[in-house]
Amino acid sequence: MFESLSDRLNETFGRLGKKGRLTEQDVDEAMREVRRALLEADVNFKVVKDFVAAVRERSVGQDVLKSLTPAQTAIGIVNEELIRVLGTDREPLRAPERPPQILMLVGLQGSGKTTHAAKLAVHLRKEGRNPILVAGDVYRPAAVNQLQALGKQIGVTVYEEGVQQNPVDIARNGVKFAQERGFNPVIVDTAGRLQIDEKMMQELVNVKAKISPTEILLVADAMTGQEAVSVAQAFHERLGVTGLILTKMDGDARGGAALSIRAVTGVPIKFIGTGEKTDALEPFYPDRLAGRILGMGDVLSLVEKAREQTDEKDAKRMQDRMMKGQFDLEDFLDQLQKLRNMGPLNQLLEMIPGIGSQLRQAKAQVSEDDLKGIEAIIQSMTPDERRNPHIIGRSRRIRIARGCGAEIHQVKDLIKQFDEMKKMMGDLGAMTKKGKMPKGFPPLR
Amino acid sequence: MPVVLNRLFRRRVEVDPQLAQGLEKTRRGVFSEITKLFERTAIDDELFEDLEMLLIQADVGWDISQRLVGELKSRIESESIKDPLTAREVLRLEMVELLELATRNRKVKILQRGVPFVIMVVGVNGVGKTTSIAKIAAYHKSFNRTVMLAAGDTFRAAAIDQLNVWGGRLDVPVIAHEQGSDPGAVVFDAMQAAHNRNIDVLIVDTAGRLHNKSNLMAELSKIRKIMQKTVEDAPQEVLLVIDATTGQNGLVQAQEFAKSVDITDIMISKLDGTSKGGIAFSVAKEIGTPISYIGTGEKATDFAEFRPETYVDSLFFGIGDGL
Repeated sequence: MFESLSDRLNETFGRLGKKGRLTEQDVDEAMREVRRALLEADVNFKVVKDFVAAVRERSVGQDVLKSLTPAQTAIGIVNEELIRVLGTDREPLRAPERPPQILMLVGLQGSGKTTHAAKLAVHLRKEGRNPILVAGDVYRPAAVNQLQALGKQIGVTVYEEGVQQNPVDIARNGVKFAQERGFNPVIVDTAGRLQIDEKMMQELVNVKAKISPTEILLVADAMTGQEAVSVAQAFHERLGVTGLILTKMDGDARGGAALSIRAVTGVPIKFIGTGEKTDALEPFYPDRLAGRILGMGDVLSLVEKAREQTDEKDAKRMQDRMMKGQFDLEDFLDQLQKLRNMGPLNQLLEMIPGIGSQLRQAKAQVSEDDLKGIEAIIQSMTPDERRNPHIIGRSRRIRIARGCGAEIHQVKDLIKQFDEMKKMMGDLGAMTKKGKMPKGFPPLR
Repeated sequence: MPVVLNRLFRRRVEVDPQLAQGLEKTRRGVFSEITKLFERTAIDDELFEDLEMLLIQADVGWDISQRLVGELKSRIESESIKDPLTAREVLRLEMVELLELATRNRKVKILQRGVPFVIMVVGVNGVGKTTSIAKIAAYHKSFNRTVMLAAGDTFRAAAIDQLNVWGGRLDVPVIAHEQGSDPGAVVFDAMQAAHNRNIDVLIVDTAGRLHNKSNLMAELSKIRKIMQKTVEDAPQEVLLVIDATTGQNGLVQAQEFAKSVDITDIMISKLDGTSKGGIAFSVAKEIGTPISYIGTGEKATDFAEFRPETYVDSLFFGIGDGL
């Protein structure tokens, strides 16, 4: 449903360009597209208003009007502005005046505080630190058990007092315990709460007063809508939030909420959560998020998806087989299935910048069914046939075709194509071994 | 339908007190501003601009906001409406009609004696699936049905404990294996247990999953197949929980879950916050799946059936503020 902003701007300027000269009114029309794109990405409407005003000013003043490629120039300005608002520098966690460093996690229910407490612990331990987790969520059923289970899984000590005690006392005792035993940093989990729940917000204020945390990190879901602003503002006003962790970035939400929060609170985004595993925590890169908010393709996510499907050993083994000319239909099937596991083909192609619009222009449709057809043909072969396709004669072809509902010539074509592909791989392997590169291939390095 | 007809047939606004209470905070936000917006002497361009802004602020989304405002404009013109309050009424009915798209396809659910009615609860991480399950369990118990829970979220740490706590509170049996075990196996056992113990309603928790992870989505179809080994048409209900705080991604969630598991019902959770749950409108328009329930708090009783008119009216008027 979302077209990328660059497609839309190309369309707008393309339409306008036909009449010759661009005017300020034309820029206004383009700005409407910018506004729409940001709103669809869940950027708060107030933030959008200011943002578009800033972009408009630069666009009119600058070269968009004279540019031969006004759409690209405008996109460039939008992108730059986005990165400017999101923060150009990476901000590390603050160092405490005196140890231990205390990190307090706050946020709405279900934003991912407990999971990210554990992720932070893993991250900091990798830096050679000795973290401890403090179980301060006494309200959600089994939240303490969840933190304990995570602690056990990652091998990090969890301080807890069950669910009968007051979270303020638990936090204070947890910090004291950490000081006595030499744990540093102390990561304090708190219960999720609504920013309008006065009693619960006061509780956080009390926790803060008792333990004077080095960082108060607001944990926010990347899928949050327009409310992100009031949530962040309320937490910030009461507590003085020092950083933001943006979670569930492995989803496909545009993540405009991050821009809103950053714009209204000025709080830096320190980490993003990118998966369910305890090591899925990454530093924040403004340019990546800017591209994502604009829907301009996301090569990095594509790479990540590919990584999800293969492990390195597997890939190496496959490469060896290809080079040695041992690649068989069984391997081919495996590769096909991995590709399909990465998601719908169209969606994958859209992640590659530029391809989305080209596909639409060419009205080309990559057919998932074609791949399914190939899979079906290979699957109706015996393991022996898959390993030695040359044994497939006429009668086997008929059987295979019947087994998968394909035409006999399709089976033949598949084997022929596979043979050619294999031959090419073999050639490539042989040539690299001799140190010669086949014509037209870039050097392997 | 012309306004006049609607007026003739309109029932007196019934506001579900519990729902209204939960929605109170929401109402005080954007939607009461919508009410205020129409308290002016004349209909002008500023009204439309502000209205669009308020709708967007409620997460109604760009497309639907344009559509609602556009339709309102054309109705005002074609029916020569001068009174802002009449215009407000037109808008209100438009919004109700839009939400009715989400209830039109509602099917009557039939509980058969001796066959467990299986509800599979799905959704992305952190939307409140487990809490919602407690609410649905309490809801079915209130009709004197026997209820059982299946701890199908074997992935998240302590998800099983969380369900067990609710099982204890509601006095409902919970079938669980260990964390990290195969969810399919738990579901199979639960199906057998529900069948053998003559349970009326079996509610199956599943691990939260992002809708763009195709392998996790495929797992849901596998679980469904396992259910069908015991009860042929199970799960009779596949409930997608969407967090009211969610922005436009909520629609993508609904689309993707609908594609991979044939969801039959949608529940909007966390409507007790300031979030407006405006995503309900695009979900209603774009997906045929009925929105059936709403969740308004952390207690098992913070739950109501979704009714388009009540939803819109509570958001507009609240308790004691009839027409």
